Amino acid sequence: MSLEILVATILTIITAATPLVFAATGELITEKAGVLNLGVEGMMLTGAVTGFATVFFIDNAVLACLAAMAAGMLTALIFAFLVLGLQASQVATGLALTIFGIGLSALLGQNMVGIAYAGLPKLYIPFVSDLPVLGPLLFNHDALVYLSLALPLAVAWFLYRTRAGLILRAVGDSHDAAHAIGYPVIAIRYMATLFGGAMAGLAGAYLSLSYSPMWVENMSAGRGWIALALVVFGTWRPWRVFLGAYLFGGITILQLHAQAFGIAVASQFMSMLPYIATIVVLVLISRDPTRIRLNAPACIGKPFHPAA
Amino acid sequence: MSNRHSTDHQEQDRQTSVEEERAINGHATTTPLLALSGITKSFPGTLANDHVDFDVAPGEIHALLGENGAGKSTLVKIIYGILKADAGQIAWKGEPVVIDSPNTARRFGIAMVFQHFSLFDALTVVENIALGMDEPGDMAALEARIEQVSHSYGLPLHPRRHVHSLSVGERQRIEIVRCLLQEPSLLVMDEPTSVLTPQEVEKLFETLRRLSDEGMSILYISHKLDEIRALCHRATILRLGRRVADAVPSEETSRSLAAMMMGEELQGEARPPTATVGEVRLRVSHLSLPAADEFGVDLKDVSFEVRGGEILGIAGVAGNGQNELTDALSGERPSVSPGTIVIDETECGLKGPDARRALGLCCVPEQRLGHGAVPDMSLAENSYLTAHHRMGLTRHGIMRSDARDTFADRVIDSFRVKCNGHQSQASSLSGGNLQKFIVGREISQDPGVVVVSQPTWGVDAGSAAAIQSELIKLAEAGSAVLVISQDLDELMQISNRIAAICAGALSEVIGIEQATVEGMGLMMGGASLEDTHAEA
Repeated sequence: MSLEILVATILTIITAATPLVFAATGELITEKAGVLNLGVEGMMLTGAVTGFATVFFIDNAVLACLAAMAAGMLTALIFAFLVLGLQASQVATGLALTIFGIGLSALLGQNMVGIAYAGLPKLYIPFVSDLPVLGPLLFNHDALVYLSLALPLAVAWFLYRTRAGLILRAVGDSHDAAHAIGYPVIAIRYMATLFGGAMAGLAGAYLSLSYSPMWVENMSAGRGWIALALVVFGTWRPWRVFLGAYLFGGITILQLHAQAFGIAVASQFMSMLPYIATIVVLVLISRDPTRIRLNAPACIGKPFHPAA
Repeated sequence: MSNRHSTDHQEQDRQTSVEEERAINGHATTTPLLALSGITKSFPGTLANDHVDFDVAPGEIHALLGENGAGKSTLVKIIYGILKADAGQIAWKGEPVVIDSPNTARRFGIAMVFQHFSLFDALTVVENIALGMDEPGDMAALEARIEQVSHSYGLPLHPRRHVHSLSVGERQRIEIVRCLLQEPSLLVMDEPTSVLTPQEVEKLFETLRRLSDEGMSILYISHKLDEIRALCHRATILRLGRRVADAVPSEETSRSLAAMMMGEELQGEARPPTATVGEVRLRVSHLSLPAADEFGVDLKDVSFEVRGGEILGIAGVAGNGQNELTDALSGERPSVSPGTIVIDETECGLKGPDARRALGLCCVPEQRLGHGAVPDMSLAENSYLTAHHRMGLTRHGIMRSDARDTFADRVIDSFRVKCNGHQSQASSLSGGNLQKFIVGREISQDPGVVVVSQPTWGVDAGSAAAIQSELIKLAEAGSAVLVISQDLDELMQISNRIAAICAGALSEVIGIEQATVEGMGLMMGGASLEDTHAEA
């Protein structure tokens, strides 16, 4: 009995953490290149509605995920064009992008509200998926969960083992120096921003196709902002961001369970818990300036004017 | 000083023989490695390069000499492919070429060491070097090559260290090693010595001479005349974007080169103030302050005093506690106890900047834009920010705009700041002009004590002379002046007494007549006064 509850709890933690892993890892790449895109929430919602619309009309889960990524990238492209092409303020543009994404997704999804979808197929592996405890915990997820586990690995490898990753970090650390050496700063930042958009779109798709397989207006419910905080929380390191996503997912789920058990604390306070935890950890982390300086991209949010 | 002159003579002899050798070998007829003709580049409002021609021969150390704004940096950026010329041709080994990007430049064999280093603080030495190469190959092999090249040229480097933990001299080594690994035929150096100690400069010159002997050409950009005379075979002199003269530096005097550079005779050299020294106006006793962050320097038991009528110079290589000392004196960082800093017999160690200004201490920080001035505010507003108290620019909490503007105009006029009136944005001024404005703003408040950090850093010779003479005048009028600078020559010229700061500790303060460039150089590296005598 208690084991079953434990397994169920862990499963819900995984589903709560997965969209955060996608969105935060995407934003990590964007920020490592020196671009601060505050529009994660908006890009997630456009991804979510596009993904859901695709299964609604075509009923193909793979296409739906790809479409959600494309939608996220398209939204990110608007952002990139404004801040990299036209040098608009990244903070203001990012906020606008979030508002834009919320409105656009509500408009696109208004005829799909309340329709249910069966959810992404779980990958069934004969024998191992039937194992007690381990089976449901490890071998009975949809493909996106496995992808979200591979993503930090791939991103860490890319950033710290490949030359392209080195160049990306360099562009985020000093765009003037990178430009002086001869790297295409703007082009690299475009690509990093688009990657962030694709991952946010995928995070959205996970929400509307797997987490709660339907379309509800504003269904990301602030997860985009949590993803942004997680990047700082993880001091721009892929594995710490991943860990942060699971920690946050864990606290979210635990407070739900605590409410279910009828613990005598007002539910509003319990709902605050994950956010309070995030703030506390952020405060603790900013007390260690060394760590921030070594990993934080120094040029984040600064517009780049190629030397005149 | 006499020692220094004799090295100059040896240097001249050496260079004369090189010149003769070249003449005998028919050097003049060989194809130049790099030849520029008719290079023109304009920016909105200025013509940075106006039909500039010059060439660099193989194995030659060629100087590009000129004041700030003469167009040197623009020209080398065109050579390195960062900027595109509006008109003109570049020939490489006799063939006309188009250099459209730094990558192309590197392919031809041109390498560049930048004035403001193009380094990435959060990355390691080997990563930084890999970024500057087209085919860095395997990282482990690159580390080995860095060790080998850096040691064989006497530029030791640890490949795995993070750049932010390195001194400025070490950072420059990274740039040089990065260039050397590409085995270039032309090495461009943009003001490489502005951040080095005299000893480091001497070492750099040895390396450069060796490279030149090995056949590498070096294009050396500077406005330091002594260096160019000591190092370079030929010089091209730029003024206001035009090539105004060619010279063989060893055959010229510093004065004649300066005259070519400025287009007018330099006024007499600056001298320390000669007023009678008065009361102690600034006393710092046992000031210890832990660094504000991990990249800063702890101040260790710093004690000194400055009297009215004198200039005290504090020399030191960047990053040895100068900024921390300036912040502690200005009041941006309060000290531990009130008695550590005393202005005119008033203890003020715990007081903030405004209170200290009221007591008569005015301060010019090293960084002009963002620290000394708010970039996006007008000069009038910027003058209000530090002068509102002493100049009475506020009445009943309301800003007196007229008085503010009049004060700003007075500063602009008396310090000949080139700008479009007091409404110009601080960020629109050139470095030298903004520095004149900031120094002028502080001096015009009739301060009892002035603390100036890097008064003439990146400022051209004319403006530098003006700023120095104002500081001297101020001291002669009875103020105590503290100048913190990396430019040892400048300190030796204008200070009555001098000390060196190294790793947050201040050396003994000595009279200027006891100080030598060599001795100060050693003290900047942390040697005590006795050590320097022992070495001498």
